[in-house]
Amino acid sequence: MLGKLDWSAIPFHEPIPLGAALVVFLAAVAVLGWITVKGYWSYLWNEWITSVDHKRIGVMYIVLAALMLLRGFIDAIMMRSQQVMAVHGPGYLPPEHYDQIFSAHGTIMIFFAGMPFVIGLMNFAVPLQLGIRDVAFPTLNSVSFWLTASGALLVNISLVVGEFARTGWLPYAPLSETTYSPGVGVDYYLWAIQISGVGTLLTGVNFVTTILKIRAPGMGYLRMPMFCWTSLAASLLIVAAFPVLTATLAMLTLDRYLGFHFFTNEAGGNQMMFVNLIWAWGHPEVYILVLPAFGIFSEIFSTFSSKPLFGYRSMVAATLFICIVSFMVWLHHFFTMGAGANVNAAFGIATSVIAVGTGVKIYNWLFTMYGGRVRFDTPMLWAMAFVTTFIIGGMTGVLLAVPPADFMLHNSLFLVAHFHNVIISGVLFGAFAGYTYWFPKAFGFRLHEGWGKAAFWATLAGYILVFAPLYIVGLKGMTRRLQHIEVDAWVPWLQIAAVGIVVMIAGAALQIVQLWVSIRDRESLRDETGDPWDGRSLEWSTPSPPPSFNYAHLPHVENEEPYWSIKQRAMEEQDPQEVEYEPIHMPRNSPTGFITAFFATLIGFALIWHIWWLAVAGFVGAYATFVVFAWRDRTEVEIPAEEVERIDRDSRATQLAWLRQRERVT
Amino acid sequence: MSAAAGDITARSTGRDPYRLGRGDGGHGVATGHGEGGPASPFVTVAYGFWIFLLSDIVMFSAFFAAYAVLVNATAGGPTGRELFDLTTVATQTGVLLTSTFTAGLAMLAAHRRAMLACQLWLLVTGVLGAAFLLLEIQEFVTMIGEGVGPTRSAFLSAFFALVGCHGTHVGLGLLWLGTMMAQLWVKGFRADIIRRLHCFSLFWHALDIIWVAIFSLVYLLGASS
Amino acid sequence: MLAPAVTAAALLSGCAGGVLDPQGPIGAGNRTILLNSLAVMLVIVIPTLIALLFFAWKYRASNTKARYDPEFTYSGRIELIVWSIPTLTILFLGGLIYYGSHALEPSRPIASERATLQIQVVSLDWKWLFIYPEHAIGTVNRLVIPTGTPIRFTLTSGSVMNVFFVPQLGSMIYVMNGMRSQLHLQADNPGVYYGQSAHFSGDGFSDMNFEVEALPPEEFATWTAAQRNAGGVLNAAAYQELARQSIDEPVRVFGHVQPGLFDAIVRQTLPPAPRPLATAAGPPPRPRGRLRGPRATRRSGPNEPNPTRPATATNRAKERIDDARKARLVRNSIP
Repeated sequence: MLGKLDWSAIPFHEPIPLGAALVVFLAAVAVLGWITVKGYWSYLWNEWITSVDHKRIGVMYIVLAALMLLRGFIDAIMMRSQQVMAVHGPGYLPPEHYDQIFSAHGTIMIFFAGMPFVIGLMNFAVPLQLGIRDVAFPTLNSVSFWLTASGALLVNISLVVGEFARTGWLPYAPLSETTYSPGVGVDYYLWAIQISGVGTLLTGVNFVTTILKIRAPGMGYLRMPMFCWTSLAASLLIVAAFPVLTATLAMLTLDRYLGFHFFTNEAGGNQMMFVNLIWAWGHPEVYILVLPAFGIFSEIFSTFSSKPLFGYRSMVAATLFICIVSFMVWLHHFFTMGAGANVNAAFGIATSVIAVGTGVKIYNWLFTMYGGRVRFDTPMLWAMAFVTTFIIGGMTGVLLAVPPADFMLHNSLFLVAHFHNVIISGVLFGAFAGYTYWFPKAFGFRLHEGWGKAAFWATLAGYILVFAPLYIVGLKGMTRRLQHIEVDAWVPWLQIAAVGIVVMIAGAALQIVQLWVSIRDRESLRDETGDPWDGRSLEWSTPSPPPSFNYAHLPHVENEEPYWSIKQRAMEEQDPQEVEYEPIHMPRNSPTGFITAFFATLIGFALIWHIWWLAVAGFVGAYATFVVFAWRDRTEVEIPAEEVERIDRDSRATQLAWLRQRERVT
Repeated sequence: MSAAAGDITARSTGRDPYRLGRGDGGHGVATGHGEGGPASPFVTVAYGFWIFLLSDIVMFSAFFAAYAVLVNATAGGPTGRELFDLTTVATQTGVLLTSTFTAGLAMLAAHRRAMLACQLWLLVTGVLGAAFLLLEIQEFVTMIGEGVGPTRSAFLSAFFALVGCHGTHVGLGLLWLGTMMAQLWVKGFRADIIRRLHCFSLFWHALDIIWVAIFSLVYLLGASS
Repeated sequence: MLAPAVTAAALLSGCAGGVLDPQGPIGAGNRTILLNSLAVMLVIVIPTLIALLFFAWKYRASNTKARYDPEFTYSGRIELIVWSIPTLTILFLGGLIYYGSHALEPSRPIASERATLQIQVVSLDWKWLFIYPEHAIGTVNRLVIPTGTPIRFTLTSGSVMNVFFVPQLGSMIYVMNGMRSQLHLQADNPGVYYGQSAHFSGDGFSDMNFEVEALPPEEFATWTAAQRNAGGVLNAAAYQELARQSIDEPVRVFGHVQPGLFDAIVRQTLPPAPRPLATAAGPPPRPRGRLRGPRATRRSGPNEPNPTRPATATNRAKERIDDARKARLVRNSIP
């Protein structure tokens, strides 16, 4: 009664996945054991797992993203090493294994590293920046996170039980149909993405509602920080694009499970339709990833230049412009499918048009630095690396948007270098910059600056060493996803790329060292004032870390850069006037998210292995969880006025002292 | 689709601690220009649910698009002209549209806080919805029995998926309706329950709109081609 | 930072063998458009890069001589320029895109005094079948073409999606089952060029490369005549056999190809390649319960050693890989 599942699903005869699984298992046992020994379970359950606090959920997203980033990075190391070893020979990874690795690499990096990192930063910072206490739907927020984690779990289970998809990160038909992929790999992919896709969609709904309907009094649209604008644009894209992904993967699922013919070779199926539908989602997806990163960089350029952002309104216009045009360019992912000259030209021109929006942003960042006092702390270093390398990536993108050029470079390593160029410099550097920037706010102590700079330089050097040669080898005709190499002219460049990945390993290691050292030395790195960077937006007016309710009183916003004007005015005050405190009602923690995800994982696993009774049981359990949640009578927790007062007075006293000291210094 | 939003969307009613301006503390009015502060829970929940509904409509659009692409991919099998029985479809449409009307009556009763009337109209809505679903399942079972199921051709796959997706939404809506009726009975017209009823009625009306699109683009166009 | 390095390195390496070293008019046309577009973009990109680094250096906090102007947050003139520069660039590029898309459209014939040679291409798992309808001959994994002659490729797939790509000749095109793609290429110079599939199509994808040999027209005529005498018939039955999944298929020649074979493949009257592991003996039974190692499940399947495949060490290694792979597929497949 276990469907297709039996002992042969476990790769006892494949040392690499077995070894990896063993390592993960031992690490998990060690962590769980340490938690048990230290008695942290009730703390973890009450403060984190069942938390509906956007700050906690944001941190959990980022932890998930960091772990999956590591897994995806290991896949990349295996790919680069295979390609330098497998010249006129088989290398150490047979095709059926290598094919899973590059498919898992792309899937994990986009869905379980990039998206969660960006969404985590959005979760943490947006409500604080808007001057509010939490997002519109806090429990839904928790559900979103845990569903994403559920998808990540399923992908990782495929390493040990069964196999993963061998179709690339987008499962083109008919290769992904049961005729050519009869195993469970594509099914693992489908259910993992569908489950986490529901989570992502709910996040989109949550943030659109929050940003448009819940802001501090006085914060009109044109007074929001740029990060909130880009989060809004990304959330709108999520709401408009993810349903297309859901529908397309559902069609493929129907083909595989019930013998439908959406994309099959026979009975009238249309594989070109798969390509169109999936990229109608796929292109907005990359803007979902990069727009929040642009927002982070806007914050960083202005904070670390000690200047307001230049051209705020045109930044907003450019963001919305990119948001809309991103739906009009999808065909540039398959110019070579033979749509004809006029169609190719139209989409090529539309793609170059989108570059106008990005170009405007770069110039606005440039002029933010003009006339400023630029400080090169680690976040600013990431921003400078971003803006210089992203231009190259954007340029190669526009080159690829010219159909005749794409006719030679489609699916080559030139393309691979292009999209890694923009994703790494945009999304990854943005994530690292945001992580360093907001870390003190989240945890109350800074990250060690020296180790951060070392990690930065190593990562930047490694990244250039890996991808510059890949541009060249793409121009030499090499296509992507090759398990072994038959052309000698490509080999030297692949070897340089392999050296580069070693340097990137050093960069990753240094990031981990930085975190460890910062935790160890946290007392000396303590952030007393809540404003370690001399910030300009409202989150820096809260203590580090903020109390669960963020603000004892929602701030009244008068200008753009509300905190900056608060700082200016507060310096003029002698004494804070007597304020009254009222009790604050915060949403109650709930295990709904965790339990829903538990059943979702069960459902996914059951459907993958055709264990139908278990899938039904999972659905019943999920529905029961929903009913239990809906039946709650007490949905809030009250924080008494005295406690609010106590927390607030402490922090405001410290802050005022620091402001006065700063005024004396400047 | 309920929110735990209570006072997190509440405005601060304390005075202006930073002496920045008059700030009347806001009373939850429209936040377009930001003066009023956070919107009320009702506005927030309804707005959020609308956004979700829009995303659901986008998903249906993808299925409509697939149908449009595949409508002629009959692989030598039957076309819509040969398959669609407009009488049944007309009945289904009448049933579903009536159920939308009764759902509206239920909402009016909820505004009046008339428990029995509200439950009665919700029940009628559910029965009509179930009748719709029954007719649709009958149609599907018959077609599959005659060998013109979704595995016959790409056109039929697209048809079954689109209409089936709508039917699945109706089925889930009925499950939701049943749960709501039970909740309403036990807990009465509490503010959060009324918000959820509103969400349900939005959902039901949206399903009706989608059915009108299916009825027109799939059945009417298909039968006349 | 990267672009000058890329272009310099590419130039210095002689860029032989790649898309920057085209051997035909299509490739040359593509390269011209690529380099022109690059030049247009570099005109914007290089000054912007310099400005970014310069401003960051000049306005660094430790530079007390630079004027600090925190009120400088808007300038109409600068806005006009920063919107205009990208827009003008895009207008220019748009012209290039429009012109290039039409001039180098793959289905556009190449103007020439010589008659166009027709070649039909079928991608299979995991090899390429080339049919010369005018000569009724066929080859597997080797394409021979005359120089200075426009070639009209009509392409389809016998299984999954692939892409036909000869980097030094020019554009690539998708191939899909049930559909007919069109591509025009021409080789101006004799030589041997590298061809590959440029779209991942399964476990044997990395072996889907093939030789393209361009011969002067007289030698090409000699070659076609010789093939007709070489024997080997490609009819429906032989095609079904060829279509079974195999990795690293050796070069083969068919002296006679049944007319209409390609059309039958396109129209799917010759169905796509069969499902992996399905054979005349029926699908293998599902293993139950016990551990099975790769040796324990010797099943018949399309990856049995190819009788024409020499028993070299590499091939034996490949067979070991095939066995392990088969065992895995057996474990996870539906009966």
